[in-house]
Amino acid sequence: MTVEHVEIRPGAYADSVALLQVSRDVAATPGVTAAQVAMATELNVEVLQGMGFTLPAASPNDMVVAVRLDDESALPAALAAVDAALAAARKGSSGGEVTAPPRTTGSALRRAGGDLALVSVPGASALVEAMDALDAGVDVMIFSDNVPVEQELAMKRIARDRGLLVMGPDCGTAVVGGVGLGFANTVSPGSVGIVAASGTGCQQILALLDAAGVGVAAALGVGGRDLSAAIGGISTTTALDRLDADPSVEQVVVVSKPPAAEVAAAVEKYAAGLTTPVRFALLGAGQPDLTTQVEALLGDLGVAVPAWPTWGTPAVRSASGGTALRGLFVGGTLCDEAMLLAAETLGPIRSNIPLSPELALDSSLLEPGHLMIDFGDDGLTRGRAHPMIDPTLRLEHLAKVAADPETAVIVMDVVLGHGAEDDPAAGLAPAIAAARAIRDVPVVVACVGTSADPQGLARQAEALAAAGAEVHLSNAAATRRAIALATGGAR
Amino acid sequence: MSTTSLPRSLPSATPAAVAAVGADMFATAVADQAVPVERVDWTPPMDGTADDLATVAADPLRRDANALAVSRMLDVQAMLVGVAPASELLGLEKGQFLHAGPPIEWARTSGPLRGALMGAAAFEGLVEDPEDAAALFASGTEVSLEPCHHRSAVGPMAGVVSPSMWMFVLEDPATGRRTYCSLNEGLGKVLRYGAYGPEVLERLRWMRDLLGPLLGEAVAAAGPVDATAILGQMLQMGDEAHNRNRAGTLMLLRDIAPSLVRASRSSEEVAEAFAFMGGNDHFFLNVAMPACKLALDAARDVPGSTMVVAMARNGTDFGIQVSGTGDQWFTGPAQLADGLFLGDYGPDDANPDIGDSAITETAGIGGFAMAAAPAIVRFVGGTVPDALATSRRMREITISENNRWPIPVLDFAGAATGIDVSSVCRTGILPQINTGMAGKVAGVGQVGAGLVTPPASIFPAALAELARRTRDRA
Repeated sequence: MTVEHVEIRPGAYADSVALLQVSRDVAATPGVTAAQVAMATELNVEVLQGMGFTLPAASPNDMVVAVRLDDESALPAALAAVDAALAAARKGSSGGEVTAPPRTTGSALRRAGGDLALVSVPGASALVEAMDALDAGVDVMIFSDNVPVEQELAMKRIARDRGLLVMGPDCGTAVVGGVGLGFANTVSPGSVGIVAASGTGCQQILALLDAAGVGVAAALGVGGRDLSAAIGGISTTTALDRLDADPSVEQVVVVSKPPAAEVAAAVEKYAAGLTTPVRFALLGAGQPDLTTQVEALLGDLGVAVPAWPTWGTPAVRSASGGTALRGLFVGGTLCDEAMLLAAETLGPIRSNIPLSPELALDSSLLEPGHLMIDFGDDGLTRGRAHPMIDPTLRLEHLAKVAADPETAVIVMDVVLGHGAEDDPAAGLAPAIAAARAIRDVPVVVACVGTSADPQGLARQAEALAAAGAEVHLSNAAATRRAIALATGGAR
Repeated sequence: MSTTSLPRSLPSATPAAVAAVGADMFATAVADQAVPVERVDWTPPMDGTADDLATVAADPLRRDANALAVSRMLDVQAMLVGVAPASELLGLEKGQFLHAGPPIEWARTSGPLRGALMGAAAFEGLVEDPEDAAALFASGTEVSLEPCHHRSAVGPMAGVVSPSMWMFVLEDPATGRRTYCSLNEGLGKVLRYGAYGPEVLERLRWMRDLLGPLLGEAVAAAGPVDATAILGQMLQMGDEAHNRNRAGTLMLLRDIAPSLVRASRSSEEVAEAFAFMGGNDHFFLNVAMPACKLALDAARDVPGSTMVVAMARNGTDFGIQVSGTGDQWFTGPAQLADGLFLGDYGPDDANPDIGDSAITETAGIGGFAMAAAPAIVRFVGGTVPDALATSRRMREITISENNRWPIPVLDFAGAATGIDVSSVCRTGILPQINTGMAGKVAGVGQVGAGLVTPPASIFPAALAELARRTRDRA
């Protein structure tokens, strides 16, 4: 039989919100069919009467506890629930407060007051995050792949109008105030400023300058497409202005993958009007390689050109022959440079980033003739990390190429610095040794890094040399040696 | 090819701090070089919005448009300057009814809006018995429905305004622009919750015959009351000005009390009015709402601005209007609030979200200022840390903050202000609204209170229109 219990608790008080919670908790107690704990205000009295409760006289300063029970036996549990719920309402939460992290680049900049944003979200969202930085009046570096070119143009135009710099996309290297961003080497401070429309091209220059004892004031990566006709060198121009205005910069060098001729001409014209001398190291057929450009730069600076470091014993041709040069690269610009050099001597070279479209390599990545593969190209990084972080794919291919009797020589690059894997030689040295155990095919490595890099240039180079590789700091020098080894038997 | 602006900073200078979004390895590499890094907790945007987000983000008008919209809003001083009948203020004629939310026809109206319209029809003498009004509205011949927002007005819950109802008048002295809102009836069985019984109509008549004229006389005598300033003080006193208006009500009474006492009414009548207003903790809500609308209306119609200028519900649809898209409403189904119920009522008794009162959240208070009113968070069985987290989270989707409305417990950070359609689509964070719950059956009245959000779909819809307009301009 249903039982009602109504009691007035004079002077007891809790706020109405707390009491709604208390009522809900009590109503959920077994044996309770309805419950209302409330201050006896006019409104609440009406509510209680509406629920069918009969109330004694009470003032708005009294608390009413009204419960309807299945039977009398449920009353003690119900009243205990009332007291527990009221106690809980008074006690509040013991939960600590944690400040949630920012959800947008704009929020992060607002909180931290930063002066630079790094964007590496998927390409479709890169502009949106980058615009937060430009709206906040700070420069942005974009590591994202697959940013639509029209979006790159849009944000670079806005940045130009606001005197800001967009670094990237698709060129993961910069050194700003001695801090390496993305894939960058540790260099000493100095007087050279670098504008780079090429990530690994920039790293080659950093490595060679470091070996020559020349420091770097800043390296600004402007995106692999910046000197294309579509973008028109917008960020290159801004970066040149920045370096020109920086009193610590005495000499500027611009490095790029093969640019659009008219854009290169316009940027060169613009650079001629600046106070600071600017040297252009633009890759292309018939153009000097990067090492030659750095040597010229050292001449500009009045610094003697050192003997570029090498490690290991000079490689020799395999007794088992072979005629083809096989290049396995992680750096797109280093692959480009090697192809440009090799093509002069060897003729057409097939590649996944071919110098001309008819030289495109199929997805097997293994065809007859000279081959150069860029494992860092977008087509080979879908669904996996860049080979500077995850070397698996290249290591697998090294074994296949070594086993191919047509292979006369293998040329590879290893790129050190921030962002790259912690110890590339740990995986590559055994793989080279294993490859050479299959056939005694010569392996020439360009090991691009500086002595202060986290991985240690000498340690890495020596480990590779110990595995049987001939190791150079200069990619051009390594490539020339590989060409010589490839042609040594063909002649 | 030449740049006109001066270089901003020296490339050889070390960054003071860096914001990093995306792959953590880049952030880690910078942090390893002893540069402070603020990492973004990035998630992909709402489905299908990536292209429109990029289009709108690259709109050359957007940044300055949003800055202009917010600054116009923040510059508004909302002064309570009068109280008068809707017929006089809005030219509302017999048979014309205003309601909360986006436009709606009778056939799609929810229970509480129907109940309120039926009650209002009886109050205006169009029918003797409110029950007879349903046929009147169904025929649609002698009556018309129009959103409050289309007449510079706002109304809580059903938001029904008829010609004889008295309204608060808020004015921005700098521009002379005005907004309006009816007088608050109190809690329980009231018209705005869809109740239309005899006691409801009796109260409306008393408000028409005594309260309205008395307030009109008192406000005129007291001179303009600074509602914007009261709102700022309320946040220091535990109100968030949507579900808690206790301090605001008392401050309004304090400001007009001398004039009320001096008014040409018997002391018994004045006492009645005092008791009514003092006994209704939500009395100030109907001043807070038009004050918010007055500020937000200043932000309207800035081409390229992605700022939300109104959020409103009619009990069926939830609609938003955006500065850069004119008077267009973007609507989706109103949601059910999550909260606590009065008496025996439960979730099955509640009507979906209703009312123009989300104008408070649109302006940065209400659910956005939860941290100022921790008591409100218990409506959903939450905690004080929840309230702090909510107010901070709302800043992730707003363009700015309002320094005139600081929140003490957040170290006096200004209320998160100017909801950005793009930020909502980017983060998936929906505006948090504190609300009362009306019974879904006409005539029932209030059944509870709780927390609710807009339907997510209306933000991508608004974004798509913003993107369309951006492309048309390009």
